[in-house]
Amino acid sequence: MITTAVSRLPIVALVGNPNCGKTALFNLLTGSKQKVANYAGVTVERKEGTFFAPNGDRMRMFDLPGAYGLEAETPDERVTIDVITGNYALEDRPDLIVCVVDTTNLRQHLRLAVGLKRFGVPMVLALNMSDLAEQYGLVIDTKLLSQELGIPVVKTIAIQKSGIAELVQVLQDSVHTTAQTRVERGTVTPQQLQQDHEQVNQLLIRIGADRLNPLKASDRIDSVVLHPVAGPILLLLCLFLIFQAVFSWAKPVSDLINFSMTSLGAWVEQLLPESALRSLLVNGVIAGAGSVLVFLPQIIILFFFILILEESGYLPRAAFLLDRIMGGVGLSGKAFIPLLSSFACAIPGIMATRTIQDSRDRLTTIMIAPLMTCSARLPVYGVIIAAFIPHRTFWFGINLQGLVLFGLYCGGIISALIVAYVLKLSKSKHGIQTLMMELPAYHTPALRNIVIGLWQRVHIFLTRVGTIILALMVLLWFLSSYPTAPVNATHPAIEYSFAGHIGKALATLFAPIGFNWQICIALIPGLAAREVAVGALGTVYALSETGTEAATALQPLLAQSWSLPTAISFLIWYVFAPQCLSTLATVKRETNSWRYPLLMAGYMFALAYVGAFVAYRITGYFVGA
Amino acid sequence: MNNEPIPCSPTISLLSDLPPGITARVTAISSSAKNKATPQLLRRLSELGFLRGEAVRVLRRIAGGEPIAVRIGGSTFALRRHEAECISVEIPQP
Repeated sequence: MITTAVSRLPIVALVGNPNCGKTALFNLLTGSKQKVANYAGVTVERKEGTFFAPNGDRMRMFDLPGAYGLEAETPDERVTIDVITGNYALEDRPDLIVCVVDTTNLRQHLRLAVGLKRFGVPMVLALNMSDLAEQYGLVIDTKLLSQELGIPVVKTIAIQKSGIAELVQVLQDSVHTTAQTRVERGTVTPQQLQQDHEQVNQLLIRIGADRLNPLKASDRIDSVVLHPVAGPILLLLCLFLIFQAVFSWAKPVSDLINFSMTSLGAWVEQLLPESALRSLLVNGVIAGAGSVLVFLPQIIILFFFILILEESGYLPRAAFLLDRIMGGVGLSGKAFIPLLSSFACAIPGIMATRTIQDSRDRLTTIMIAPLMTCSARLPVYGVIIAAFIPHRTFWFGINLQGLVLFGLYCGGIISALIVAYVLKLSKSKHGIQTLMMELPAYHTPALRNIVIGLWQRVHIFLTRVGTIILALMVLLWFLSSYPTAPVNATHPAIEYSFAGHIGKALATLFAPIGFNWQICIALIPGLAAREVAVGALGTVYALSETGTEAATALQPLLAQSWSLPTAISFLIWYVFAPQCLSTLATVKRETNSWRYPLLMAGYMFALAYVGAFVAYRITGYFVGA
Repeated sequence: MNNEPIPCSPTISLLSDLPPGITARVTAISSSAKNKATPQLLRRLSELGFLRGEAVRVLRRIAGGEPIAVRIGGSTFALRRHEAECISVEIPQP
């Protein structure tokens, strides 16, 4: 290997088995805030950060997807192997690999370290979670291990700021920029794996570290959580409670935000003279973007629970319990985590499918991911449910609104399973889907991670409200206000505007499912961001109000002007409708073809239309409309 | 493939048939007419730690026989039945 110095920043790559804490270390070393959670496959792409050594040296640091082996079996492992062998884009090979291992499972994780050494890249071993190992009496002699492996070995605790001091020192001392040539990826035969395995076992005996984590606490929890009867009941209870909480806990805060928005609107209305600016502020910004903001508390509560489930290690157990259903409709067990991520947003969910080995299984998962109810749909459901479903409480404090919300989420899930099943039938007789999913030891959720995770969600939400949603609302306000009404107009001004004309043109198409022209207007900006539909309804209805009444909250306005069948039809439409251009763009990127996004848009539109039509007719029959 | 499990031996069986709670040792990872495993699947199982000589125990079997939760070395994995059928194990005689 040529070792002349070259003038670029040194490159350090974090490599290791899935779920050994690479991203937590990366966040500490670079000050980044990448997502961490307690399951395999959180990181599916290369993340880059900058590390500053105490002496001021700068290095580029890569966080790579976890890999069980060096054969690049999945798209995410491929990224890892390509980066460390210098075959990723035009990047040089890393100057140093930090091989991160979970100290509580050295038998498994050191085997990867032994395999990585064969690439010949300078390497440091980070014994992560060394504190947890010491809790059951496993103390590693790092000097001895370092002699055995012939590379520096440091202990790290990625959940403590002080836990990386040694690693920082080693990075400062041992990273040198050298001209790198790429190496072959090579193949690892099962015989080689067996040899590495035996080498690791003998090594562990020599350094006196041949003891397994008893995993007593995890096993005790699992004896309940994975129990054939208690397990599923617990899972259902858990999900059910989350949806109850989303509605009942959020209400006081949502009401407060709602009240503030209405008061703000009234105040601006009094403050400014009648003008286009006043209308823009009151009807566009406050009634529009404000009506989306009301849903911040619900989003925080939903993500609080999701983060706790992710951090604790419960999610893969839920996947275990539901695997029969998943397998029954032809889904890979690995599909669970991507589908669950899609409840936040389909985009990271679709990207998380990179952990799925078989490309056809991966495609099926991508195609149904948008049927999982993303958080952008929550405001839409929220406003309609609050306006049309009575706030009634049954036994045990179960409330009807939470129940309906739960039902809408279930509707999405059940239809996803049906679609997966149909896709399975259309596939030619094609192998069997795999599971092979790690069930990590339970961890107590770290408050720091929960707070960071929540803050990120709040940040994403507020940024969306402040940028894309606000911009669309201003645009919509303009389209709904101009051209202005003729002098002796008999209808509200909006009916003479551009938006009014567009809405009325579309209304013919949507009349069979009970949508009026106001809804049709709201559907269009909803394509860019689903929540905007709520804001758009806010603006459209605020502008439709005749007379000089102040802009009131959206909810009572809807309750007055929509029939129940229309409301239900609108809800069902949102369970299915492919109304998110960024999701379709992600599908295009991940599948590298226009075929699948178009297919997705087509089938979801058809489902939405048919579903809404049926819901409209059935509800209409029952209320006698 | 070689290393076919010997059906008549009382101590050697497939992981898919191992009763929960009993610690056994992995003797081979192999494909058969029954499990129709691809070489990729077999290598994957090895990468996950299903290697000759490793201690293995079934923690939990969901009603109906799959998936199963398996302790292999210091890790826990969930496997579907066809995956567990690739793993031959032997129960050490007391």
